[in-house]
Amino acid sequence: MAVISRGFHGRARDKGHELPPGQYETTGFPVLSAGPTPVVSLDDWEFTVRTETGVRYSWNWQELMALPSETPTVDIHCVTKWSKFGTRWQGVSLDVLLADVESGAEYALVRSYGDYTTNLPLEDLLDGKAWVAYRFDDEELPAEHGGPARLLVPHLYFWKSAKWVSGIQLLDEEEQGFWETVGYHNYGDPWREQRYQGD
Amino acid sequence: MTTEPGFLDGNAAAGDLESLFGADMTTAAGQCQGCGLRMRLAEAHAYLGGPGTVLRCPGCEDVLLRMVRSPNHLWLDASGLDYLRLPAAAG
Repeated sequence: MAVISRGFHGRARDKGHELPPGQYETTGFPVLSAGPTPVVSLDDWEFTVRTETGVRYSWNWQELMALPSETPTVDIHCVTKWSKFGTRWQGVSLDVLLADVESGAEYALVRSYGDYTTNLPLEDLLDGKAWVAYRFDDEELPAEHGGPARLLVPHLYFWKSAKWVSGIQLLDEEEQGFWETVGYHNYGDPWREQRYQGD
Repeated sequence: MTTEPGFLDGNAAAGDLESLFGADMTTAAGQCQGCGLRMRLAEAHAYLGGPGTVLRCPGCEDVLLRMVRSPNHLWLDASGLDYLRLPAAAG
């Protein structure tokens, strides 16, 4: 088994925050987009999970709001090298959304309104590590930051936290997403500085 | 679903593209694989500043080209273009 050490790269911060290797802290919230911002009305919004056998589960906005939510406060790390400490969100844990989904899949391909996709192992969406987030800093999530709802997977580089999330395809075999097909890492652990394929 | 633009024109990607192709790509032309629109790359919609450079069709917003520069590699996907016409080097 590989032993992964954070080594001496991380810089200790106030209040227990730590900067992964190669990152700098920002107090702003940069907006990075690979395409136009989709404007999705809440009446039309839907989140869909499709299993590897083709079974489809979906939630409309009212159904999402009726689910128990959590308010994680997390540090986020963008592959373009900025990190932002102590970001406050509200959203539904993927543990809740996937609780009744029957699947033996190992991989997930996350889809967004627009044409964005990103891939990650299914286990990284479970056990309290990921949310469908719809509020930021006690306010509705602005469209430029992924509203009405975005994925939040803060332990991986932030391109995995797909803005304008529309669903998740569960897969037996890994399928690469928008940035992963042009050189970005399939996993993207900021603490191991997995920015590009081969890192 | 509607969309809000947040792009620059294709000239903003000129430096990135010239480093890849070795030519002034603002006068290069191409055809969108999605809608068939023919355009100069300078007319494309450029999304910069993120993990890579993305050029989209000014007609249908489909991705024409994606480019990522890592420390050791340059990655290019131009599969959104039916063709790309580059200016020939002056002889």
